[in-house]
Amino acid sequence: MYDIIVIGAGVTGACTARALSKYQVNMCVIDKYDDVCSGTSKANSAIVHGGYDCKPGTMMAKMNVRGNELIYELAEELDFPVKNNGSLIVCTVPEERGKLDVLLQQGIDNGVPGVRIVEKEELLSMEKNLTPNAVAALYVPTGGLVDPFNMCVAFAENAAVNGCEFKLETEVTNIVKKDDHYVIETDKGNFETKIVVNAAGVYADKMHNFVSEKKMKIIARRGEYLLMDHELGDYFNATVFPLPGKMGKGILTAPTIHGNLFVGPSATDIDDKEATNTTQEIIDDLVYKAQHSYLTKDVLPMGKVITSFAGLRAHEANHEFIIEEVADAPGFFDAAGIESPGLTSAPAIAERIEGLVQDKYQFPKKDNFIAKRKGFIKMDQLSLEERNELIKKNPQYGNIICRCEMVTEGEIVDAINRPVGARSMDAVKRRTRAGMGRCQAGFCTPKTMEILSRELGIPMTEVRKNVKGSELLVGKIKEDL
Amino acid sequence: MRSYDVIIVGGGPAGLAAAIAAKKEGVDNILMIERDDRLGGILNQCIHNGFGLHTFKEELTGPEYAQRFIDQAAELNVEYKLNTIVVDISKDKVVTTMNRNEGMVQYQAKAVVLAMGCRERPRGALNIPGYRPAGIYSAGTAQRLVNMEGYMPGKKCVILGSGDIGLIMARRMTFEGADVQVVAEVMPYSGGLKRNIVQCLDDFDIPLKLSHTVIDIEGKDRLTGVTIAEVGPDRKPIPGTEEHYDCDTLLLSVGLIPENELSKQAEVEMSRITNGPLVDESLETNVEGIFACGNVLHVHDLVDYVSEEATAAGKNAAKYVKDRYGAEAGKAGKVIEIKAVDGARYTVPTTIHLDNMEDKLTVRFRVGAVFKNSYIGVYFNDERKQHRKRPVMAPGEMEQIILKKKDLEAFEGLETITVKIEAE
Repeated sequence: MYDIIVIGAGVTGACTARALSKYQVNMCVIDKYDDVCSGTSKANSAIVHGGYDCKPGTMMAKMNVRGNELIYELAEELDFPVKNNGSLIVCTVPEERGKLDVLLQQGIDNGVPGVRIVEKEELLSMEKNLTPNAVAALYVPTGGLVDPFNMCVAFAENAAVNGCEFKLETEVTNIVKKDDHYVIETDKGNFETKIVVNAAGVYADKMHNFVSEKKMKIIARRGEYLLMDHELGDYFNATVFPLPGKMGKGILTAPTIHGNLFVGPSATDIDDKEATNTTQEIIDDLVYKAQHSYLTKDVLPMGKVITSFAGLRAHEANHEFIIEEVADAPGFFDAAGIESPGLTSAPAIAERIEGLVQDKYQFPKKDNFIAKRKGFIKMDQLSLEERNELIKKNPQYGNIICRCEMVTEGEIVDAINRPVGARSMDAVKRRTRAGMGRCQAGFCTPKTMEILSRELGIPMTEVRKNVKGSELLVGKIKEDL
Repeated sequence: MRSYDVIIVGGGPAGLAAAIAAKKEGVDNILMIERDDRLGGILNQCIHNGFGLHTFKEELTGPEYAQRFIDQAAELNVEYKLNTIVVDISKDKVVTTMNRNEGMVQYQAKAVVLAMGCRERPRGALNIPGYRPAGIYSAGTAQRLVNMEGYMPGKKCVILGSGDIGLIMARRMTFEGADVQVVAEVMPYSGGLKRNIVQCLDDFDIPLKLSHTVIDIEGKDRLTGVTIAEVGPDRKPIPGTEEHYDCDTLLLSVGLIPENELSKQAEVEMSRITNGPLVDESLETNVEGIFACGNVLHVHDLVDYVSEEATAAGKNAAKYVKDRYGAEAGKAGKVIEIKAVDGARYTVPTTIHLDNMEDKLTVRFRVGAVFKNSYIGVYFNDERKQHRKRPVMAPGEMEQIILKKKDLEAFEGLETITVKIEAE
């Protein structure tokens, strides 16, 4: 019997597990994917939102602003990359200027520190590549960028180091409510637990509805993105948003923490909760926006697009975070409807769940909790001397595998051998960026496969892109002749 | 800091030929740097034949062709490093390298030859909608897996793009028992060599669908199928022409991009058309003492021309070290500009310092569309000086003209040489 089972190893689940791993609990995180950070957490705008656009008084507003505070602290403690570059919400139509004041008031009401309106002249001095149509903008100094993969991985690794189990490639098929516990039925067997944390993203409704009469509905709202080469990474300093619309924060043009530039996301509600495909219509629209100086001074060069991708927002009908113990299912805690600003809010959501659980169960604290975690070595961010020192100790750090992102064998081996380590090409990619660059893994695929095969002790033919069924090779040559 | 007269970045066909030429020109203190574990570059995975027809007058495989140059380099005692990546080249020619044994090392070069080759355009750059499952490979990656690692990336293939590597892989996968169903090409003409279309597709009854592209990719884990549609002149899919193919593999051969990240670090000026450096008659870039050759300069279709071009670059780098290095004045004399217009997309080189020009100069270029029974016209200022009929010219086949120094000298007031394609 577990004390706690967390369903979902995305950023909400991983962060909550990490928060609860402070206590003397027997805990496990379950996810159907082969790796943590494989759903909504892996395909989003990777932004630390300030919290200006959430409706005042909502759970979302509270979580966003608190999450913004915590994320910078946690980044230090758990050594994952964040950058506080500020956000600008740009008004480009003089008639809509008044909307900025509404956003400003909202920001103030939500307690977002330092928000203010910047007028055209100051704005253009802050962002030299902004469209000259810019009228004014809301400046949110606490806005930032985060590496969503390493943020999630950091939480998971630290939770694991503190005794939390991870059962990956384990799909929950049913949850049965018993008198004082739950039985989590999965394709890998049944697990009993006193407490359930439902952090199942787009499937949070399914998990909730197994145990509650008060039904919930989560809609998958797809967002598609274009990602551009590093050459454009310093195009903007801040994250540049248009004025928000009905479906969300709008299509932005923003740097990523890794020095790319992206255009997106779109917003389309879809029925299939696995439909992370991109569509011609939306790609065309994003290209059109990028080419028609929508927020930018220049026509963005479409030859610099290195990939397009889509992610699914777990949208709840009332556009609100549901973070509470389910009324008719004691011990079952929902963290549902976690769409944007979910990534930013994750630490606050975890904190709230931790509070709710502790109010009720009062688990004693561990006296050997390890709060700190050392992040991945980023070879390309070290000095020549530091790199030489490292290569002398471990020559694998002198062997470049991914040329585009300059990722070494040492970094990839580390990603595989850490707690909750990488087991697939995508998992390696998310942790190290190998294959994320301009050639999109053309050169490093065979080499990374060899390293995975060697480190995991599996044949090359069992190396996968991600889940079972995504093996990269079908066999050896000459087998069928 | 250890110093070299010439550092050659890349040990593929371009680097090898440049290193050999520099040595032969009498400059001994040279270093060739290769990131892979053997010399020869991409030729090592090109196990098909057809290499060397121009250079050696015989048909060699890629590794055989490379070996001829590797042997020559060995005879000349060309110093080289394997498994070593160049992480930076500065404008003043400090080359920073990294490998497992030595860590990071910096070298000062008098001259640098850029010979880093090119990479394949990935799926992402095409904005093809759909899922992102396993089973989508660039043709060169698949070629490496099959020819060097001995693995099959899939059994039922569709190929998008008719670049040469895609055509070669259509045949290679067929040899290994895979079912190659179709090659789709978005343009109304192939991007590859005519001989490859005949020998790799026609001989195996693999259809080539021109003006077709992939408009959807299916399969959440492993690829299960693609949809192909015809495209109009605007290259947009024509509704109603969709065809579905079940397949587990999609190979992409949709263009090659010179790998110039290092060149840009050295502040080398780039051509927007070739994505390679702009060079003069010596294949020297805007940064004095930095030369470029092979696929990093512009993508070639025949390795023979890479070797020829790289030989010139290596020789010129050596001459630079002997004659011009440290001299205060740059190249003296008159500068003539070479322009590509009317069907000619670009030329390499784009400028000529007349005093520095050798007796003959090969100017290479590509056309932007298919031309039949047309002429290559070469103009000195406004006067046509060459007029050569070509039965067929296509974007997939590089063209060239030869300029003679005495002709240029004889033409008074020569400022611009223009290359154009003419109907008559």
